[in-house]
Amino acid sequence: MRVTTLPLAVSAYTATSALGHGLDAHLSALYEQRSGLSMNDFSSTPLSCWIGRVKGVEDTVLPVIYAQQDCRNNRLAWLGLNQDNFLPQVHTARERYGATRLALLLGTSTASIGATEEGYRRLEDERLPADLHHTSIHTPHSLTAFVAAALNIKGPCLTISTACSSSAKVFASAERLIRLGLVDAAIVGGVDSLCESTLFGFNALELVSPEPCRPFDATRCGISIGEAAGFALLERIASQPDAPLHLLGCGESSDAHHMSTPDPSGAGAELALRDIFDRAGLDAAQMDYINLHGTASQKNDAMEARLVARMFPNTTRVSSTKGLTGHTLGAAGIVEAIITLLALRDGFVPGNAGVGEPDPACSSHFAWHNETRPLQMALSHSFGFGGSNACLAFARADRDA
Amino acid sequence: MNALHVQVEGIGLWSPQLIDFDALRRLLAGETPAASAVRPHALTLSPNERRRATESVLIAVEVASQAAAMSRCGTGNLACVFASAYGDQATTDYMCRVLARAPVELSPTRFHNSVHNASAGYWTIATNCRAPSSAICAGSASFGAGLLEAAVLACADNRPVLLVCSDTTGVGPLGELIGCTQVFGCALLLSPATNAGMRLRLATTMSSPRHPPLPAECLAWMQNNPSAASLPLLAMLAKGHGDCVLAASEQLGLHVQLEMQA
Repeated sequence: MRVTTLPLAVSAYTATSALGHGLDAHLSALYEQRSGLSMNDFSSTPLSCWIGRVKGVEDTVLPVIYAQQDCRNNRLAWLGLNQDNFLPQVHTARERYGATRLALLLGTSTASIGATEEGYRRLEDERLPADLHHTSIHTPHSLTAFVAAALNIKGPCLTISTACSSSAKVFASAERLIRLGLVDAAIVGGVDSLCESTLFGFNALELVSPEPCRPFDATRCGISIGEAAGFALLERIASQPDAPLHLLGCGESSDAHHMSTPDPSGAGAELALRDIFDRAGLDAAQMDYINLHGTASQKNDAMEARLVARMFPNTTRVSSTKGLTGHTLGAAGIVEAIITLLALRDGFVPGNAGVGEPDPACSSHFAWHNETRPLQMALSHSFGFGGSNACLAFARADRDA
Repeated sequence: MNALHVQVEGIGLWSPQLIDFDALRRLLAGETPAASAVRPHALTLSPNERRRATESVLIAVEVASQAAAMSRCGTGNLACVFASAYGDQATTDYMCRVLARAPVELSPTRFHNSVHNASAGYWTIATNCRAPSSAICAGSASFGAGLLEAAVLACADNRPVLLVCSDTTGVGPLGELIGCTQVFGCALLLSPATNAGMRLRLATTMSSPRHPPLPAECLAWMQNNPSAASLPLLAMLAKGHGDCVLAASEQLGLHVQLEMQA
C-alpha cells in the first residue's frame, strides 16, 4: 500500500544565523552573497578556524521566570523566536486551536552542552558550580522544554536529535501528527549553538577547515561550524488557504554504512528522495531548486554531486549555502528549509558561495552565482552522522497544477 | 482526539536485575528472576563494533535485538525510534572532562559516539537497515513521548516500528546532578493493529501519570532511571491486561490500554 503525505501550509517562519536576525537579514545576505563567517573567537582554547557566530546572543536576556534555563542555546532560541512576528502568530494558532492541539517538535544536536562544558571548567569539589547546578540546562531536552514553557504548548513536545538531520526530521514527525489528527498545527524548528564539543570534536575527525569553508570547491578542506535558530508553523492548507508556501512532503532513510562518513554510493540519500517522490506523487524533473547539504567535507560533497548528476535533469538548479551560514549542525535542516522557502517566495536561486574553483565532479546543475528565475518546487537536503538522512519538498501555493 | 491502535509484536528488556522480559514476568509472579548480569551481550553487533560501542549502545542494541527476535518482523527494513532522556552520560562526562583540560586531545571515536543517535546508527549499520531511524528525548517523559512517536509512525506509514528506550548510570559531576543511578533499557516492536494478539489503545490525555500497583523493586527502578517509566506498561504486557497513564511531556499524558484479542 502506497502511503501518501499531507501537504501543509507553512504559515509562519523565521531564521536567525550568522547572516543576521530574521528573514530580511537572510534575504539581503543571500542577494549580496555576504558570508557570516568570521575567525574563531569563541573557544576557550584557541582553534584556528572560521565560525558562523550569531551577533547579540550574549546580550539576549530571557524572561526572569526562565532564569534556571539560561544558557547560550536557550538565549539563541529566544532571540530567534522574537523575530519576524513569530510569537504573535503562534499565539494566534494557540487561540484558534487550543494549547493541547499544538505540537512542538525541535531538532538540536548538542542542546545546552555548552553550559555543561562551562560547568566542568569551573568544578567546585567535583560538583558543577552552584550557578549551573540546574538539571534543566544539562539535558538534551533543555531546548524543547524551555520553548514549550515559553510558548505554553500543551500538546506533544519532542526533541529530535539525529545530528545534522535533526531539524529536517521534525517536519516529518509534525506531518504525521497532523495527518493522523492528533494535533491541528505544529511548531517545528531547531537551535544549535557554538560549543567546544563540536568545534574540537569535528577537529579531532580532521573535518574542520582552517579557512572559510568552500562547499563543492575542488580544493575544499572541511567545514566551518555555525550556530542558528529557526522555527516554522505548519497547519492544514484548508485552515490557511491563503498561505503562499506549502510543505509538500518529507523523506527519511538511513545509510547503514558508517557512524561518521556518508555512504559514498549515495544509496541512503537517494532512498530519502525517492521516499518523498513516492509519497507526494512527485518527479525529480519537477524540482526547480535544491538547497544541498553541501558541508564542504570531502566525502559529503563528492557523494552529493554524484547524486544530483544521477537523479535530476539540469533544469534543477542546486547550491549549498553553508559558505554563508557555516554548518549549523542540528539547526541546518530548519535554516536551509527557510532559505529554500525564501528562494521560492522571491524567485531566485542563491549562489553556491565560497567556491574558487568548482570540483570537476560538479555537473551543470550547480548555480555558482545567484540566478533570478521563478521557482515552483524545491528541495532541501540534510544528511547526518549515524547515516541519518532527511529531505524536504516545498512549493509555492500558486504553482501550476 | 483520535486514538491510535498498535500491536505489540516483540518486547525487549535489560537491566542488571532483569536481563529479559521473562525475568520481569517471574518477578511479577513472585519468583526470583534469573541471575543478574553485568553487561549485555548485544550479539547483533559485529565483534569489532561491539568493542567500539559504549555501554549505552550495547544496552540499546541488546533490547532491540530481543524485541526483534520475539517478533516475526525482519530487521532489514524496520523503522526505528531510539529514545533516551540523557543520552550516553559516560561519554558526555568524558567529553566535558577532556574539553576542560586539553580539548585538542579529544578522541574522534568518542566524539562520534557522543551523538544522541549513536545507538540508532550502530543498530542500522549492524542490521543493514536503510529504513528511517530517529533518536529522540523528552526529559523524564522520554518513554511516553517515544511510544507516541513510534505509534504515530506505525499508524501513519502503515509499517512496523521498533521503539527502544534506554538510559545508563550517570558518572562524574553530571551524574551527581542528574541522579540516574542505574541502567535500564526496554524495547517494543509495534505494528499497525490487527485483530489478534496484544493490542494497545493509545490516547493523549491531560490526566497525570498513574498505574496499577507494582513491586517495590519496580518502583525503585522507576525512581532511579527515566527509561524505567516503561515498567507499568511492561507489567501490563506481562499480565495480559490493564491500563496506565504515562507522561508524554511535562504537560501531556498518554493513556495506554491493553486489549487482548483472541
